[in-house]
Order: sequence, then C-alpha cells, then structure tokens
Amino acid sequence: MNAVADTLTALLLVTGAAITFVGTLGLLRLRTFYQRVHAPTLGTTLGMTCIALASMIYFASTANRLVLHEILIVLFVTVTTPISLMILVRAAVFRDKFENTMSERNTQ
Amino acid sequence: MSTLVVCSVTAAQFLLASAMACALFRILRGPRAQDRVLGFDSLYVNAMLLLLVFGIRSGSTLYFEAALIVALLGFVSTVALAKFLLRGEVIE
Repeated sequence: MNAVADTLTALLLVTGAAITFVGTLGLLRLRTFYQRVHAPTLGTTLGMTCIALASMIYFASTANRLVLHEILIVLFVTVTTPISLMILVRAAVFRDKFENTMSERNTQ
Repeated sequence: MSTLVVCSVTAAQFLLASAMACALFRILRGPRAQDRVLGFDSLYVNAMLLLLVFGIRSGSTLYFEAALIVALLGFVSTVALAKFLLRGEVIE
C-alpha cells in the first residue's frame, strides 16, 4: 500500500510540475498577448490539480486517514482563474482600442 | 520517505523554479503592462505550487495554509491591477 502511494505521489508530482513548466514556457515563447493568455492556464488547472492530488495521497498515506483539505485550493483556483483572466483581457482590449483611436486621430 | 519521493520532489522543485524564472523574465521584458500582470499572475500560481511541494518535502501541513493565502492574495492583486489598467483607479 505504501509503495503504491509513493509511486502515485512521485508520478503525479513530476507530471504536474512538467505541465506547469510547459505552460509557463508558452507564456515566454508565444508572440502576441492574446496567445500568451492561454498558456499559463495549463498550469493553473491540470498542473495544480495533479500536485494537489499528489499532496493529498502522500499525507493520506503517512497519516493513515483521509486528508482532503487540498480540495480547498483546487476549488478556489479553479473558480478564480477565469474571473481574473477575463478582467485582464477586457482591460487589454480596452487599451488596444483606445490606442488605435488615438493613433487614427493623430494621423488625420 | 522513500528515495522515489525524494527524487520526484527534487525534480518537481527544479521544474517549478524554472517556470518561475520564465514568468520573471516575462515580467521584466514586458513589452506592455498587461503582459507584466499576466507574468505576475503565473508567478504567484507557480509559487503556490512550490509551497505545496515544500509541504510534501518537509512533511508538515503548515505549508498548505501559506499556499492558500498566496492563492487568495494573488487573485485579489491580479483583479486590482486589471481594474487599474481598465479604469485608471482601483476603487471608484
């Protein structure tokens, strides 16, 4: 039982960290802002869930009882990430439109 | 703690630290304000995951509360920065 829990913890940890790293690498490599918004959400959904699951399995196997408080982080981040990114993209769209109208006004 | 868990915790810490370096580079390079806010957002998510991995390494659940607070404050600060970019002030 303990060996199974250790293997699962190790697998989920490395998978989650690798997914988060790929997502943040996308934040660095993609070209425009609207492409870059998509990349880090890989880490905030799948990577975060994998690492929280690994932590839950590890503490449940060491304490010999069910440990579920990492679900709080999973729920909170899953709910808040779309809200904050939607407000941020709305601000970016507003700024782009504002700069376009200003440059048109300057060329006339 | 078995050697398998120790090795995977070290690998996960290395990967998450590299991800934080990528986000920090995006904050420094920009090129515009919304890119910096996005880099800050992914920086605090990576810091929260690194705290969870620290908790597994040290075997204490104390790091879980720190991770929860980092997630909470990061959300509030991202929304405040986006609101500032949108309207020019945070609280109207």
